[in-house]
Amino acid sequence: MLFYLICLKGGRELKHTILRRFLKNKLAMIGFIFLTLFVLIAIFAPILTTYARDSIDLMSIESYPSLKHLLGTDELGRDVFTRLLYGGRVSLGVAVSATVLQLFIGVTLGSISGFYGRWIDNVIMRLVDTVMCFPFFVIAITIAAVIGPSVWNIILIIGLLQWTGVARIVRAEILSLKQSEFIEAARAMGLSNFEIIFNHLLPNTLSPVIVNATLSVAHGILMEAGLSFLGLGVKQPQPSWGNILSAAQSMRVLQYEWWLWIPAGLLVFLSVLSINFVGDGLRDALDPKMKI
Amino acid sequence: MKKYVFKRLIQTIPVLIGISIIVFLLVKLQPGDPFSSMMDPNLSQEMKGKMLEQLGYNDPILVQYFKWLLRALQGDLGYSIQFKQSVLSVIGSRFGNTVILSLCSMIISILIAIPCGVISATRQRTKTDYIVTIFAFMGLSIPSFFFGMLLIKVFSVDLGWLPISGMVTTGVTLSGWAFAFDIAKHMLLPMIVLALMNTASLMRYTRSDMIEILRTDYIRTARSKGVRRRSIIYQHALKNELLPLITVVTMQIPSLLSGALLTETIFVWPGIGRLNYNAVMSRDYPLIMGIVMMVAVISLVTNLLADILYAVVDKRVKFD
Repeated sequence: MLFYLICLKGGRELKHTILRRFLKNKLAMIGFIFLTLFVLIAIFAPILTTYARDSIDLMSIESYPSLKHLLGTDELGRDVFTRLLYGGRVSLGVAVSATVLQLFIGVTLGSISGFYGRWIDNVIMRLVDTVMCFPFFVIAITIAAVIGPSVWNIILIIGLLQWTGVARIVRAEILSLKQSEFIEAARAMGLSNFEIIFNHLLPNTLSPVIVNATLSVAHGILMEAGLSFLGLGVKQPQPSWGNILSAAQSMRVLQYEWWLWIPAGLLVFLSVLSINFVGDGLRDALDPKMKI
Repeated sequence: MKKYVFKRLIQTIPVLIGISIIVFLLVKLQPGDPFSSMMDPNLSQEMKGKMLEQLGYNDPILVQYFKWLLRALQGDLGYSIQFKQSVLSVIGSRFGNTVILSLCSMIISILIAIPCGVISATRQRTKTDYIVTIFAFMGLSIPSFFFGMLLIKVFSVDLGWLPISGMVTTGVTLSGWAFAFDIAKHMLLPMIVLALMNTASLMRYTRSDMIEILRTDYIRTARSKGVRRRSIIYQHALKNELLPLITVVTMQIPSLLSGALLTETIFVWPGIGRLNYNAVMSRDYPLIMGIVMMVAVISLVTNLLADILYAVVDKRVKFD
């Protein structure tokens, strides 16, 4: 998917250069392999475990990791390993959906702002400034307190607060492309504004947008984990890496029951780290001079 | 320059209005009416209705907005339900603690990030560079609350070197240096956690900026004149690097405030972040909105400051 998008960018020559640059980047490749692994684990969760997501084993509550329960059980006797697998679905799903939402808002507003300029640009850019004034967790927990915590609401909150970066990038790219000759040619051919933006301008903004989107997924995972950890994100019994981690708020768990929180934290850490490596590799491969 | 500052100031007015509209909308969207908890529950429904009418609860929304804005401008952000005090005085009592914590973590992150960034830039593509880069990525990727809890587990619970939470040891009255030492001991872990993310991003920024500077003509000239490598890096390049870094550090203040929320919550540090979390948990809406409003205005002011500083430093900046 990612490579398909990148390959849209240019002819075969360029495609090969980009792919080769990416493959040569060791960290990016390690990140890519880990990321694929995490995604596969999340997708095939039901096959990889014999327990159901919420099934309770009353005979072993908060038991140590054993062959029966690979990563032990939690305070209700649920299998932690199973919940981590299913939690990956929620955590990765939320991050990706929120990124899609912010791309949609950001690309739309950014391209309108850059293309039409003048007062429209002014209004949209002041909106960007306004949204950027609210530090994420401060405003996110406030909105969560007003509209209530749920998976859909988290996607909404992250998406509605994080689109400003993409909007700024798309705007800046379109501003610099707008005056070029091929756009003038497109105008002379009588193409409508929509056609010019969608078919001629947006494809040229693709590389920075892809890099930004990759990093947004990483931020999304961290934000979901933070909100769910505070109890304002994904709610039990639905598992997410963040709300599994919140078990560590209890002193007893923190002190003696490492399997309840350290694996979840490591999963968040490793998945975000691999996405960041991939994002960095993509930036170097697509355009080494790019600054995001 | 003056023109730039003036235009930039004009620009903040719509943003300020935007902030006030968003906060007002959140106030209006909050479940229940904010006055019910302040009224005597034994009052009849009729009396309640009358009082709400008097308070302007049923005014048209635009009138309500302007009334609210007027009060907010005078510093009246409402009355905290939980603390039975005005929101402003509750915030005021906690504000200093957050400032101390953020300031110390900022200093730490500058002291670590800039030297590491410079070293990694001057030794590009060596082992040192890779190690620094990987550490920076790790710092950007670890959830701050997870890192914080790992530190608590290792240093406070398992080793017992440092206190688990709070700001001072309870039940003991200390004064002078002993008091300061006690606070420092409590502050060490939250400070490291809060500094982590900003250190990593500041390091990346220093590195990429430094690499760019080292490629410029005047550095090449200095090199060809035979100036020593050391003095090129520390006198020529770093001097030009430090000024833009000031603005980057200023720009990080909003993210510091966001990070303080999680950090203070984990370490039970009595600052604005912890207050914010408690207010959300106890549904103290006037207090929540007061904090949100104040934090947003602080971010606005620091962004403005960063832009103006940048223009002062770099005379080429033009307003577009």
